Amino acid sequence: MGNVKELFQQKLTALTIGTSIFQEDLEQQGVEVIQLDWQPAAGGNMALLKALDKLAMNERVQEANARAVEIMLSANPILVDIDAASKVIPGMTRYTILHSGPPITWERMCGPMQGAVIGALLYEGLAGNEEEAVALAGSGKITFAPCHEYGAVGPMAGIISASMPVHVVQNQTHGNFSYCTVNEGLGKVLRYGAFNEEVLTRLKWIAEELAPAMKAALALSGGIDLRSLIAQALHMGDECHNRNKAGSSLFVRLIAPYFLKADIPRDVAVRVLEFIQSNDHYFLNLSMPACKAAMDAAHGIPYSSIVTTMARNGVDFGIRVSGCPSDRWFTGPAQMIEGLLFPGFTASDANPDIGDSAITETMGIGGFAMGGAPAIVQFVGGTVEEAIAYSLQMYEITTGENPNYSIPNLDFRGAPTGIDICKVVQSGRLPIINTGMAHKKAGIGQVGAGLVSPPRECFNSALLALYECIEAEEVSGSNG
Amino acid sequence: MGAQVQVLVKKNSYHDSVTLMALSGKVTALSQVQEAVVAMATDMNKELLQSVGMLTAEAASCGANDLVIAIKAASLEACTEGIKAAEEMLVKRKTGKKTDAPRPATIRSAVKETPAANIAIISVPGEHAAREAREALQNGLHVLLFSDNVSIEDEKMLKELAHSHGLLMMGPDCGTAIINHVGLCFANKVRHGNIGIVGASGTGLQEITVLIDRFGSGVSQVIGTGGRDLSEQIGGIMMLDALDALGQDELTEVIVLVSKPPAKSVAEKILDRAKEIEKPVVVCFINGDTAQIEAAGAYAAHSLEDAAWQAVQLAKKEQPLTANQDDATPILAAATKAKLQAGQKYVRGLYCGGTLCDEAQNIVKRSVGTVYSNIAKQEVYRLPDPQESREHTFIDLGDDTFTVGRPHPMIEPSLRLARLVQEAKDPEVAVILLDIVLGYGAHSDPAGVILPAILEARKLAAAEGRYLKMIAYVCGTGSDKQNKVEQEHKLATAGVTLAESNAAAARLAAAIVS
Repeated sequence: MGNVKELFQQKLTALTIGTSIFQEDLEQQGVEVIQLDWQPAAGGNMALLKALDKLAMNERVQEANARAVEIMLSANPILVDIDAASKVIPGMTRYTILHSGPPITWERMCGPMQGAVIGALLYEGLAGNEEEAVALAGSGKITFAPCHEYGAVGPMAGIISASMPVHVVQNQTHGNFSYCTVNEGLGKVLRYGAFNEEVLTRLKWIAEELAPAMKAALALSGGIDLRSLIAQALHMGDECHNRNKAGSSLFVRLIAPYFLKADIPRDVAVRVLEFIQSNDHYFLNLSMPACKAAMDAAHGIPYSSIVTTMARNGVDFGIRVSGCPSDRWFTGPAQMIEGLLFPGFTASDANPDIGDSAITETMGIGGFAMGGAPAIVQFVGGTVEEAIAYSLQMYEITTGENPNYSIPNLDFRGAPTGIDICKVVQSGRLPIINTGMAHKKAGIGQVGAGLVSPPRECFNSALLALYECIEAEEVSGSNG
Repeated sequence: MGAQVQVLVKKNSYHDSVTLMALSGKVTALSQVQEAVVAMATDMNKELLQSVGMLTAEAASCGANDLVIAIKAASLEACTEGIKAAEEMLVKRKTGKKTDAPRPATIRSAVKETPAANIAIISVPGEHAAREAREALQNGLHVLLFSDNVSIEDEKMLKELAHSHGLLMMGPDCGTAIINHVGLCFANKVRHGNIGIVGASGTGLQEITVLIDRFGSGVSQVIGTGGRDLSEQIGGIMMLDALDALGQDELTEVIVLVSKPPAKSVAEKILDRAKEIEKPVVVCFINGDTAQIEAAGAYAAHSLEDAAWQAVQLAKKEQPLTANQDDATPILAAATKAKLQAGQKYVRGLYCGGTLCDEAQNIVKRSVGTVYSNIAKQEVYRLPDPQESREHTFIDLGDDTFTVGRPHPMIEPSLRLARLVQEAKDPEVAVILLDIVLGYGAHSDPAGVILPAILEARKLAAAEGRYLKMIAYVCGTGSDKQNKVEQEHKLATAGVTLAESNAAAARLAAAIVS
């Protein structure tokens, strides 16, 4: 009863869980009261609670998670090259089309993704017109696969085909590579499903003029430290998902001298640099593979309940978990984004959540770092206070804090990093993603921006699967 | 005439049930709205929706974390208005807190943020309560578990866990404690003093502390155990630990134990432990055997009032005498009897406090023989329909039958109004007994709430030429936020007779009808 004796000498500080009716009376008596924002753990689902009981306090799970987060934090992503996907992405063939989100068949793809696939087939010369492209896409000859399973990430439709140039990022701490295309800008672009002549011409220009110039500049630079750029951009009001103004500016500042030093014709250098500097989102296609390089390194740690992927294909939302096999996706329906629509569009124009860009949130930036990006708040429809609150809430479901990526508004607290599915299921809090809204019809483009969360069932089914993995492991372990 | 129904579902939007019950009431009160249910889509609430014909397929597919707003009204417009109003009320609560930092969602993260936290007060629905209590204990917190509907196996698990960590596990179903002079949940503001109390009954603890205050002493610590602690299965784990804690507490000089009669083996264990403690121990097993207590060398009290009285004498280092039964009772009773008609024979007790109800009915039973109740242990004395009284009847309005989907009558005393009027209409009724419970957690003006019903009851009886005796006991102190003096004044001006204790109220009623 030693603790009771101690209690009798202490000032009471109470947590109240459930009704708030006692809170006021306690406060009147001078007690500090913390009223929990409680909801039933796992929604009261017995199977989930059983898994939660097994995993949440399990030392091996905690150790594995600490390791996963340590890998994420120590990853050092460097932009080293740009080249055609087929040359750098292992397993990429002429008939491979990579797309965003979890696996999906041609038939189930949403409008913007189908449009982007058509565009890619036209771009690759595999089809001569739209009808041929549609026929080919549905013929079974094309291998559709998630970018994520090829070390790649792509915003929105996220389509990558063989000859498209991709940025190559190397995680120099752990040795793995990640890939992402060049951001085409806003408006009629492939990632929103547009495939007209203007789009195809731009893609060709990127491959034929931008990529070789960038390759030469990068070679001279010896590689661009993306972790350092992200850290600086976060201090300049970006969250590196929906706002990339600072990151893009920093990138131009770093790379421009190498365009002058490299043996690039002056008119080419001008066109390429003008293209980059005119696109506030250029850096998104660098922050995404930077995050991807760290997350892939943290995947495959037995027992770990850390989320290594959150991605959407416009129909399904999928997550992957470090301690489960890498081809194991846990999916649920992609949700509608809540936020602001550009003038002339209505909510019924929007496609459900799409793109691999939630890799930023998986790494602890994007929506998780919104508290440090006040300028984005109005764009997604909210207040600065709410943005800070979102960031604070994410500490509830994460395991670590990233000292490299600190949030000025939170007194430079490290970004909440390492989403733990146990914590998500227990607290009922879902990751918050700060994202763009695509038009549901191919080729129209962005219609707005806002906030969205993954469907809860992704985390529920992941928890049950991890529980089964661990049970199986322990059975075989005890037999052997 | 056809009523319209409209249902809005909000996925993943959890709200506390007490909040929602209050909100449902407010929306139902809107003109044109016939029925409003604003509730989480638990199985129980879905049944409720089904029974009022408002369970849509969408609502049926929802889970416990989904909010359902269902409105039945004369027109679709009125339904829409109702839903809008409900949504606004939900949001209003939120915006009031907008500038606050986000609140933690789990005990673990709350403790991480506030390492000084030392106690958790848990009132979540029963099926989730054990889990939260366990997490609190595992995080080093003492626990007051207000929730009921926790299994006895879980209670045992929690109490053993608490015992091994040296922590208090008050409850489940514990509504009253005073730790370091802070009233937790339902408790009265009483003098500080040297009497430490452990109790398995909420209003029993309130009554003893209030009377100790009135008799001029005060309390050091008041520890609740929950109603089942002294059962065979639990074996009094919490009471034994609390007894030890008070035994070691320097500020506690007298100890009071209060409970319904425990299992015999458990009583033995408790009394053996009490014997080891070198402080006087007063034991009140309500309506239980006193011989076993006296044999163990403890002071046996025959009522809550007696327990308080003996403890106060011991606290003042006097040899305790059993409380005298007040001399005024026969005189008052005789004066009342003279005004009653021949057919007026019965007492009807309408109680908010479970232990107060229990104690009062036992006192009346001793004089009149048979008393019916909705909480009687023996089937023969249990009312077949708790809504209908027969002969001498005592109703505990805090019992589940009356509180499904509604707050406890100590929080929301309006639950009792209709029943009071119903009893007044019965020509066989001579006396109506009421308790008015004050203190932290209780309604801010319970006497004011019941006043209109009291006046109507008097009018009804008078219209039929009957004299109706209404006796009330106000369980509280002058320091309580409701102020006992003011509450009593309201009742007195409405012609209610006031008693000095719960037992005294029951004795007067018994004397009138026997």
